[in-house]
Amino acid sequence: MGFVKGLRCRECGKEYPKEPLHVCSFCFGPLEVDYDYDGIKKVLTRKLIESRGKTMWRYRELLPIDGEPTVGAQVGFTPLVKANNLARLLGVKELYVKNDSVNYPTFSFKDRVVSTALTKAKEFGFKTVGCATTGNLGNAVAAQAVQAGLESYIIMPADLEQGKIIGTLIYGTNVIKVRGNYDSVNKLCSEIADKYGWAIVNVNLRPYYGEGSKTYGYEIMEQLGWKAPRHIIVPMAGGSLITKIEKSIKEFVKLGLIDNADTKLHGAQASGSSPITTAIKAETDVIKPVKPKTIAQSIAIGNPADGFYSVKSINVSGGWAEDVTDDELVEGIKLLARTEGIFTETAGGVTVAVTRKLIEQGRIPKDESIVISVTGNGLKTQEAVLDKLEEPEIINPSLAEFVAIMGKKTSGAH
Amino acid sequence: MPITVRIPTPLRTLTKGADEVKVEGKTIKDVVESLEKNYKGIKERICDNDGQIRRFINFYLNDEDIRFMGNLNTPVKDGDHISIVPAIAGGSDFIWSPSSGLGTEPGDKTHER
Repeated sequence: MGFVKGLRCRECGKEYPKEPLHVCSFCFGPLEVDYDYDGIKKVLTRKLIESRGKTMWRYRELLPIDGEPTVGAQVGFTPLVKANNLARLLGVKELYVKNDSVNYPTFSFKDRVVSTALTKAKEFGFKTVGCATTGNLGNAVAAQAVQAGLESYIIMPADLEQGKIIGTLIYGTNVIKVRGNYDSVNKLCSEIADKYGWAIVNVNLRPYYGEGSKTYGYEIMEQLGWKAPRHIIVPMAGGSLITKIEKSIKEFVKLGLIDNADTKLHGAQASGSSPITTAIKAETDVIKPVKPKTIAQSIAIGNPADGFYSVKSINVSGGWAEDVTDDELVEGIKLLARTEGIFTETAGGVTVAVTRKLIEQGRIPKDESIVISVTGNGLKTQEAVLDKLEEPEIINPSLAEFVAIMGKKTSGAH
Repeated sequence: MPITVRIPTPLRTLTKGADEVKVEGKTIKDVVESLEKNYKGIKERICDNDGQIRRFINFYLNDEDIRFMGNLNTPVKDGDHISIVPAIAGGSDFIWSPSSGLGTEPGDKTHER
């Protein structure tokens, strides 16, 4: 079974069979999975989806696999949290957080793309998989490769956060650290994929891999009661996720799973790595690559592969893009933790802080529904907040000392 | 010693399968012309109609993206290594049209490059 017809070049339209290809051999445009939507429409209903297990595979007809999902069967269907406390603080009426910081098994939205890519890698018969990573993707590939019985190679910048490195090494994978930033790692991985014939999930399996991101959007719509929100704020690194959320909404409309959508997609970046928001603000679709300089390492991509298309997604939806400083993103992390009890990583801090900025600018009206995309877990990037938190008091196990502290605390409070 | 250029798989049909070739020149622009002289047809695959490097191709000189240097005018010297690497994009293939309720066929394309 499966509803994939093949691959097609997004630029020139040239068609290709279902193979591990990622660029058009003629014009170098990206290849896209081409589905039989008429066939899908005949079988995929709200009722069928609701009858299935609470994982991302409940939308399996819209994922690029031919057989059963063989890797990451439990991934997805993370909470959509109605964020009333944060809403009150920001002065907005209807606010949600789509919380992939508790995705299974490695606490980021990358579990979605990796279960899709590795299921496909097994269908293709690959024995070795790998990725270029800023951290979260490496965690997900390493963990799920173990489940899948595949050998894995994780290529990363040498200076990633400790949580991201340990969260990869623990799975017994092959880690190669590269002197350089993510963009140089990515370039190297293109050459590795070319030379070794491995399945590098975000290089030669990219057309399949990226499709897994759509489930993040499908879940938001289903969890809102089969409707699309008015605004979604999405962190941007390579720029793929925002384009896939756009695609998820349009597919649901096309299949009649939701009635219509007028969703504005807003992009979020760190100011120290903001080639996409810079292009949006300058009203151009030409992405000028930058050398990233930010603590938000998971989204520190200076030469975003999907930059051009993410600009397009934002513009045609009527959305906007903003970026925030490292200090603002730390405040974003603390704000979400202290209003909603959700500890997100640096990228989530960026998204929260950008949401606040867009509301303050009036780009997002206060009476419309808003979804903040939280895609990663704060326990992996503790360095970002280590020096930004209150130093706890240390006392002896003496009630008198405790009472003394309470006296200090309450004297000012009441 | 000439300049070495790494050729990506899609272009190797033009280089008789070679994954590395040697060229001469003083700038990246010269390198492209030198490639075209030796492997006819390769320039139109690398450059658009205006002679600029295509949107989905990255050029690296000694592992540095030429857009951080002088693009096509970046000077090169003997012994340098150049890599031609396809960009790895993969956006959505729907075209958003708010007025028509997002129902556009996947086959519909606009080419406003």
